[in-house]
Amino acid sequence: MQEQNTSIDLSSGKYVKVWQGPQHPGITGNMSLELVLCGDEVVECKTHVGYLHRGFEKLMERRTFIQNFPIVCRIAVPEPTFNEYLYAAVVEELSGIEPPERAQWLRTLNLELMRLASYLMWLGGIGASFGQGTVYQWTITHRDFVLDLFEEMTGARIYHMYIVPGGVRARLPDGFIDRARKVLDGVERLLDEVEKVLFKNSVFKTRSKGLGIISKEMVDHYGIVGPNARAAGIDRDLRRDEPYLVYDQLEFDVVTGTASDAYERAQVRHQEMYQGIRMMRQILDRMPQEGPFQAKMPNVLHWEVPAGETYVKAECTRGEYGYYLVTDGSQFLRRVHVRGPSYTHAIAVMEKLAVGTNIADIAGLMVSLHTYPPEIER
Amino acid sequence: MSNDPNSIIERLSDHYQITEVKEQKASLMFLKIPKEDAVQFIRELRDGAHYTHLNFLTAIDYIEDGHFTLTYMLHNYDLHHSIGVHVDIDREAAEMDSIHELWAQAQTYQRELREMYGIRFPGSPRLDDDFCLEGWDEIPPLRKEFDTVAYSRDRFFDREGRLTEDPRTVMRQIMYPTHSDSTD
Repeated sequence: MQEQNTSIDLSSGKYVKVWQGPQHPGITGNMSLELVLCGDEVVECKTHVGYLHRGFEKLMERRTFIQNFPIVCRIAVPEPTFNEYLYAAVVEELSGIEPPERAQWLRTLNLELMRLASYLMWLGGIGASFGQGTVYQWTITHRDFVLDLFEEMTGARIYHMYIVPGGVRARLPDGFIDRARKVLDGVERLLDEVEKVLFKNSVFKTRSKGLGIISKEMVDHYGIVGPNARAAGIDRDLRRDEPYLVYDQLEFDVVTGTASDAYERAQVRHQEMYQGIRMMRQILDRMPQEGPFQAKMPNVLHWEVPAGETYVKAECTRGEYGYYLVTDGSQFLRRVHVRGPSYTHAIAVMEKLAVGTNIADIAGLMVSLHTYPPEIER
Repeated sequence: MSNDPNSIIERLSDHYQITEVKEQKASLMFLKIPKEDAVQFIRELRDGAHYTHLNFLTAIDYIEDGHFTLTYMLHNYDLHHSIGVHVDIDREAAEMDSIHELWAQAQTYQRELREMYGIRFPGSPRLDDDFCLEGWDEIPPLRKEFDTVAYSRDRFFDREGRLTEDPRTVMRQIMYPTHSDSTD
């Protein structure tokens, strides 16, 4: 994050201050950027959040462990499942509950489907922010097909509340596996089309190549994770490095890049979608079709989690997502901290990368970092 | 020289007063360090032991004991191991040294902790800028004594026609209107 630029004198007539957001098509959710411009060039950027602040962490301190469950999925709207999984996993770890194997496979399938839906929305977003509105319409259509699968699997399209402490809520409906395969085939064909339409498009290439370069040195200093770090050549992925659920039984490649600009980040995510589809096909082939999907649970109305603390993390579409939970042995938690990757990417990293960028590219830069404001303000 | 987490902590314990070491799982350990040594200790973990990633910085309010506990979660990508460094600070004079020079994103965490807990980090850039609350002049909202229900009652009107907030009573009134006289 750059220091306050004291050389900027707004009364000199050389600079103009503009607000991009909170309502702007190029902003990823309700947040705003306070930009100081010299001509078309951004000379200072400050991120402002708080438009979606609902105090989730405080609310959770007042509710019992099971009452918190419908709250957590609302922390990242396009990607609620990771919150469900992490909250369930962190409570299970402190309670000593081990979900059955079938639940582990169903959870992995649920998380990978969520990753696909989130990436599809993002892929449309990066296309739209560089003037390729058609890509947005295509990807959102296929995202809807994935949401249809969620509706079948969980009963809901957005906030599924499928992964619960102890396991999952339901088995797969009859015929789901065949329908899921068809959707995956369709998305794979779409990705091939997007490769031609977006990644070979000269307008997209000209505008996104060289935009918002993240150097390797920046990665650890700014706490950059996920595809933003992998596009800089940093070969890290929690699913492979610290496997959870059944990721250690799946074959997949960790995609990395070198150029570390907006184009490279888009390519890394595009290739990761193929890997996600590859994983889901393995899950559909190999997951157990019989057996329990819910562990024996205490009476959730009088559920006291033993005193302790832990941190559980998972690789979401934007990198490391984590839940830090502190309990004191009562029916209420003492403290929960939700660690979302956007916290760093949308504030410290965005404020650094925006400087020197053309105002017209700010929206594309922001989308290329893939941020969700609600996980910043929680 | 062995490079596993226990050896690292053993080595550092020659120079620092490390207490309450607890291994939560193979990949996660917690420990406590006195406030005055904390930043130097964290710097050594980062530079000397490759705990280069700051996962997060947050606070826990122990109102009954009169202190906040700060948790600095650091991660070593080579060992795939995290250390949660606990630092107790006095609740009444809540102040801690800043780590904004160690990690660029730390100043955002410190700005949030100033707003949500009233903890000051002298020298941290833009510390007094709003994080997500605008013009907040109440008790910092994540402190335990801040009562969200009382705050809402003081500020907002009850919705007309809604006589109770107890979900059990509300549902009973909706589902069994003729038997909902009692409000046990």
